Amino acid sequence: MTTTAAVEITGLTKAYGQHQVLTGVDLTVRAGTVHALLGANGAGKTTLVRILATLLRADDGHVVVAGHDVATHPRLVRETISLTGQFAAVDEILTGRENVSLVARLRHLPTPGAVADELLTTFGLVEAGGRRASTYSGGMRRRLDIAMSLVGRPEVLVLDEPTTGLDPQARHEVWRTVRELAETGTTVLLTTQYLEEAEQLADRVSILHQGTVAAEGTVADLKALLPPAEVTYVEKQPSLEEVFLAVVGTARAGAER
Amino acid sequence: MSAAYALGDVVTLTGRSLRHVTRSLDTIITTTVMPVAFLLLFVYVFGGAVEAGSATGSYVDYLLPGILLITVATGVSYTAFRLFVDVKGGIVERFASMPVSRAAVLWAHVLTSLVANALSLVIVLVVALAIGFRSGAGALAWLAVAGMLLVFTLALTWVAVIPGLTASSLDGATAFSYPLIFLPFLSSAFVPTSGMPGPVRWFAEHQPVTSIVDTLRALLAEQPVGDDVWVALAWCAALLVVAYVVAVRLFTRKLG
Repeated sequence: MTTTAAVEITGLTKAYGQHQVLTGVDLTVRAGTVHALLGANGAGKTTLVRILATLLRADDGHVVVAGHDVATHPRLVRETISLTGQFAAVDEILTGRENVSLVARLRHLPTPGAVADELLTTFGLVEAGGRRASTYSGGMRRRLDIAMSLVGRPEVLVLDEPTTGLDPQARHEVWRTVRELAETGTTVLLTTQYLEEAEQLADRVSILHQGTVAAEGTVADLKALLPPAEVTYVEKQPSLEEVFLAVVGTARAGAER
Repeated sequence: MSAAYALGDVVTLTGRSLRHVTRSLDTIITTTVMPVAFLLLFVYVFGGAVEAGSATGSYVDYLLPGILLITVATGVSYTAFRLFVDVKGGIVERFASMPVSRAAVLWAHVLTSLVANALSLVIVLVVALAIGFRSGAGALAWLAVAGMLLVFTLALTWVAVIPGLTASSLDGATAFSYPLIFLPFLSSAFVPTSGMPGPVRWFAEHQPVTSIVDTLRALLAEQPVGDDVWVALAWCAALLVVAYVVAVRLFTRKLG
């Protein structure tokens, strides 16, 4: 783990009219780490992500992505960052392969077809690659979405609530994808409202509350903020999710059809 | 560098959006259904009762220019539809967060509209020829007709971009085309304005469709176009500039 910052946010504010969404956010995402931005609905996660991705202007403060200021060099930021929004933004009329090669062409890569084939292989979408994206399941759409975001190997990948609306199986697929990305050294900033997701994936967690970062640190750091755990004995029942996965999980290998 | 990239982006994105058209050719067909229905209805049902005032030429010759404008007015609603789907589905944001020329995102939809409408216009023209439309116009006059229709389509397409960007529902995105489709009825498209009562006649003679229809009709009938062509071009240019400025401003505001 290096100490260089992939994303450096200082004093970021944003208001929509009278409604102050971000009141002064300071956030550093170190290169090569998975950083979770945890917050309830309406905490301002998506607003922050949209500013990072140059889709929205900040009112005040500095946002620097891989050394480029989003306000003064948005084009360079767009070269280095890749955003996967809350709703899998794939072209339903195009096939999976066409979707990926379209992005490769728009990123001005010399061999879009080869890039598409490579990413479809990585994401287990080779067989489905020739089908229109409208026929994909939620999990497959999300994987295609992430594959499209990885075209051209962006330095920073932003995943905005990547598992919202997905069933548990698809959620685990996305988690596995994020872990694999982390192993390749891609910096990942992911927003989530699920505590478990942050705990599972993130090297560091920032809690966004009322427009500012209320707490930040590793999962262990954050847990240490609370009084020490009290040891009690409780009979552990399987959660419904564990039951669900046990019942349907065996079909996992054949999930992509 | 960026100019070449921007042009490349337009080509890539237009290719994508044209694929939407070729994969749903029904949009071309449905675009032509209503204009063709009007064409048949007016020629075979009302045609006998309409005194179009022209001694020579059949009613279908008189009628066709207005029908062509109705075709374009119907066709551009699909541009609003396709843009609306892109905005709602997050595709526009995806493109805007990439090093892609933002102007290319809109121009791709506009160029696709020009191609799709040209296809629809050809279909309507073929139907008109089949039911007796004839013109002795030369290549230059036909070129002028094509140019006039191109400018008209371009202007209406930029108008269509506005609801495509701002509508909150699919119906809202396409509803703008209804008044456009009915504007020709209050013009010289179906009957000469001379028989209309005062205020209606005043409106009909001063709205853009009449000058465009009269220009097209004169070109196809090998008549001099007179001042109508300048009035028609001025209307289209004004509409184009206003719609373009509004659309680009809305787009920029949407994407920060």
